Amino acid sequence: MNKLKNLFFIVPAIGLALLLSGCKLAILDPQGPIAAGEKQLLIDATLLMLIIVIPVILISWGFAWRYRASNKKATYRPDEAHNNIIEFFCWLVPCIIIIVLGIMTWRSSHELDPYKPLDSKVPPITIQVISLNWKWLFIYPDQHIATINFLQIPVNTPIQFLITSDAPMNSLEIPQLAGQIYAMGGMQTKLHIMGNTVGDYMGLSTNLSGAGFSDMNFVVRVSTQAQFDQWIKTAQSAPNKLTVGVYNKLTEPTMKDPVRYFSDIAPNLFHDVIMKFMMPIPALDVANDGTEVLKLGHKNV
Amino acid sequence: MFEKLLFGNLNYEAFPFLYNPIITGATIFTILVGLIILGVVTYNKLWVYIWKEWITTIDHKKIGVMYMILAFIMLFRGFCDAALMRSQQAIAVGHSAGYLPPEHYDQIFTAHGVIMIFFMAMPFMFGLFNLAVPLQIGARDVAYPYLNSLSFWLTAVGAGLVMISLYVGEFAKTGWLAYPPLSGIVYSPGVGVDYYIWAVQISGVGSLLSGINFLVTIFKMRAPGMTLFKMPVFIWTVLCSCVLIILAFPVLTATLALLFLDRFFGMHFFTMAFGGNAMMYINLIWIWGHPEVYILVLPAFGVFSEVVANFCRKALFGYHTMVWATLSITVLSFVVWLHHFFTMGAGANVNAFFGIATMIIAIPTGVKVFNWIFTMHHGRVHFATPMLWTMGFITTFAIGGMTGVLMSIPPVDFQVHNSLFLVAHFHNVIIGGVVFGYFAGFIYWFPKIFGYKLDEKLGKFAFWFWLVGFYVAFMPLYVVGLMGMTRRLNHYGEATGWHPYLVVAAGGAVLIGIGIFFQFLQFYVSYKNRVKNREQTGDAWEGGRTLEWSIPSPAPFYNFAVIPSVDTLYPFWQQKQKIAAGEKPVAPHYQDIHMPKNTATGFWIAMFGGCVCFGLIWHIYWLIAVGLIGVFAATIMRTFDTKIDYYVKADEVTRTENSYLKGAV
Repeated sequence: MNKLKNLFFIVPAIGLALLLSGCKLAILDPQGPIAAGEKQLLIDATLLMLIIVIPVILISWGFAWRYRASNKKATYRPDEAHNNIIEFFCWLVPCIIIIVLGIMTWRSSHELDPYKPLDSKVPPITIQVISLNWKWLFIYPDQHIATINFLQIPVNTPIQFLITSDAPMNSLEIPQLAGQIYAMGGMQTKLHIMGNTVGDYMGLSTNLSGAGFSDMNFVVRVSTQAQFDQWIKTAQSAPNKLTVGVYNKLTEPTMKDPVRYFSDIAPNLFHDVIMKFMMPIPALDVANDGTEVLKLGHKNV
Repeated sequence: MFEKLLFGNLNYEAFPFLYNPIITGATIFTILVGLIILGVVTYNKLWVYIWKEWITTIDHKKIGVMYMILAFIMLFRGFCDAALMRSQQAIAVGHSAGYLPPEHYDQIFTAHGVIMIFFMAMPFMFGLFNLAVPLQIGARDVAYPYLNSLSFWLTAVGAGLVMISLYVGEFAKTGWLAYPPLSGIVYSPGVGVDYYIWAVQISGVGSLLSGINFLVTIFKMRAPGMTLFKMPVFIWTVLCSCVLIILAFPVLTATLALLFLDRFFGMHFFTMAFGGNAMMYINLIWIWGHPEVYILVLPAFGVFSEVVANFCRKALFGYHTMVWATLSITVLSFVVWLHHFFTMGAGANVNAFFGIATMIIAIPTGVKVFNWIFTMHHGRVHFATPMLWTMGFITTFAIGGMTGVLMSIPPVDFQVHNSLFLVAHFHNVIIGGVVFGYFAGFIYWFPKIFGYKLDEKLGKFAFWFWLVGFYVAFMPLYVVGLMGMTRRLNHYGEATGWHPYLVVAAGGAVLIGIGIFFQFLQFYVSYKNRVKNREQTGDAWEGGRTLEWSIPSPAPFYNFAVIPSVDTLYPFWQQKQKIAAGEKPVAPHYQDIHMPKNTATGFWIAMFGGCVCFGLIWHIYWLIAVGLIGVFAATIMRTFDTKIDYYVKADEVTRTENSYLKGAV
């Protein structure tokens, strides 16, 4: 019996230890204001609901035990099927909880709206994101660089992601910095994030997009402004240039792509990637004046 | 050219068992099992019996049993898929790619979802409808018995197509809802998505017809005196579920038809280019998909309401509240679909509206839970297996409901959407709610159909393994979800720290597997001891309150020798009390009973329909033509068939009823 009692404590203790070891619960370990807000909301809402969920579970087992058939001492009233006071509270308690949660939902949906620019004195950096089969292309339009599967941002600086896809739908998420937003072809979505602590964080696609989807993860490096400037300079001197032809090559399916840098981005590339789905199909890969144009990817679209 | 005409797109590559050893093994196993079954049937000269008593039957109880058999077979198949997924994720860490390449793995998780929803849960649900609804409302069959047979066979053909895809061609690699553009012809050029479309379409027609059938049955065939508010709660939940089926399934059919047009004729409803819009598909599929969740869970709520009253020997607490809660869930289930894609960027107002609409559903659901709990209050709780499943449900569903409401808050959803947190949540409510409920209902009504009880001891083993297995398998998934792990991953890095949790989860799958093993063992042992476990009272669980317990077990093929007349919510309970008070029951006066005749038309229509689907999947045009002609011809021939009913003579009814009284059946 004693052993059984010990087990009762040891199992949850091991569980708790496992849970806390390494602090890898990314969503509960936010490093930016948006993710922090989302975490707080998650915890508040959970606690609020536990007020009702824990008693419900306890009462259900308590009643079942108290009124077990073998307990002849318990009151037995087979026709007691209605009680206005109890039924009133059965409706009232969930209503109150949901009203509070509803208010929280309305406010937080607006406060943490991914489309809402972040308040900051530092001017925001725009990054254009294109999900490809099966890699992420990040374009820094103002810095004239682009990267594959790697993102570096300065600390405490608001970032505006403009997101699209040139592949099946993906979803951009960096759990420790902000929740996700879909990346969809022919469309642009937006996400605003900010990192408060210097470090490397996991970024990934959370929507199945085919065979190489499992490796569509990338590192997000939040660095100091100086390190960021330095990094931009390195990238700007990258020998590879992101021309339309190079981009067309990138759209071909590949897996586990290594990090790559590009300098000198083809003008309006992001815009054109969205708009190419809106236009009549180019008959050739080369326009009349001899320059290359964006391919639709597959001949039989 | 000739080959193309004869076989369409079928070729050597379409038969993976010729070159893939894993599938070769599976195929040989299937063929062996099939041969053994065929051998046993032939050896015992059962073919005529099976044809006359089962395949052509239109008796709702037998159709219900066939639905159950289908559901349990598909549960086993779906579980095998789950076991493969759990073991892949338990080993595919770091440099290991596991043993399932994405090509194969993606088919498995797609098949798992499709099978569990369309070919396990739906048949299980219709099985319960068939077993219980006519008996509970005092009817001799459903409103359209022949349509009922057709519905079953259409569902069975759909399940058959999914099974065939294992051996001929491939299944979809898109996830269970086949979002375009991934499911479009560009990114999924194989036949997998076509199998998906046609398996779901043909079974979807079956579901829609069943929905209509049971709606009409409930509205038109209730015993005299049974007004709407004298119907058992289970009937109310079936009614609401049928309303949802009738409203939602046409949306699914239309959506998949558009996807088919995209794929087959190169149209552009959902493609990225040429004005197609994948967001439209995602909206449409969830306009069906969210009500679908309530289609499944409402009848489970109904089962719990019946079970809890019976095993507490007490009237259900708050009957009217229960009905109104069910009705409000029915209405609300149509205004929440957008919560499946808050992350599409709809804007704060839209997201907040759908988030709040979603959490409002928690109010009537919470009320239901309170009512079940207060039914136990001042009751006499007997812990038979159906009651155990109910207790397991209340705890599990409370947790699953909580995580569900959590995800209805858009900013929280941004973080956990598509993560394993979500996977844990919906398994929490679907296993804890739907599956537990259906098991409870199956065990509860089993004696009424077969005349003997299922073995209680093995049933309890099955329950505890399922319950513990569920928690071991899915609680770690909540944790990895919070660690940022997304669903459908084939492999992942060591540094993520997810590995130990996924190993534990795989252990949980083993426990559930043992639970399923005990269930099958329970069927076998119970069948073997059927004489010993014989249930002769008709009121198998002693706390029966509704009409189905007033007739003998197993229910005679005509159900009610005399159609009962009802003037209370609990006619059988009242009858029992009157007899206990010394009142003598009135001697019954038997009359001729009007019954429908068996027909094979439903079976043939479904088989020819299956030919159409197979032809469309593989572009075999002559097969499509043959199938269409067959469907058409069978339908026309049925309309000219005038010998569709007969009368059971009063003498025979008297004989049958007397033999029940003597305990001879």
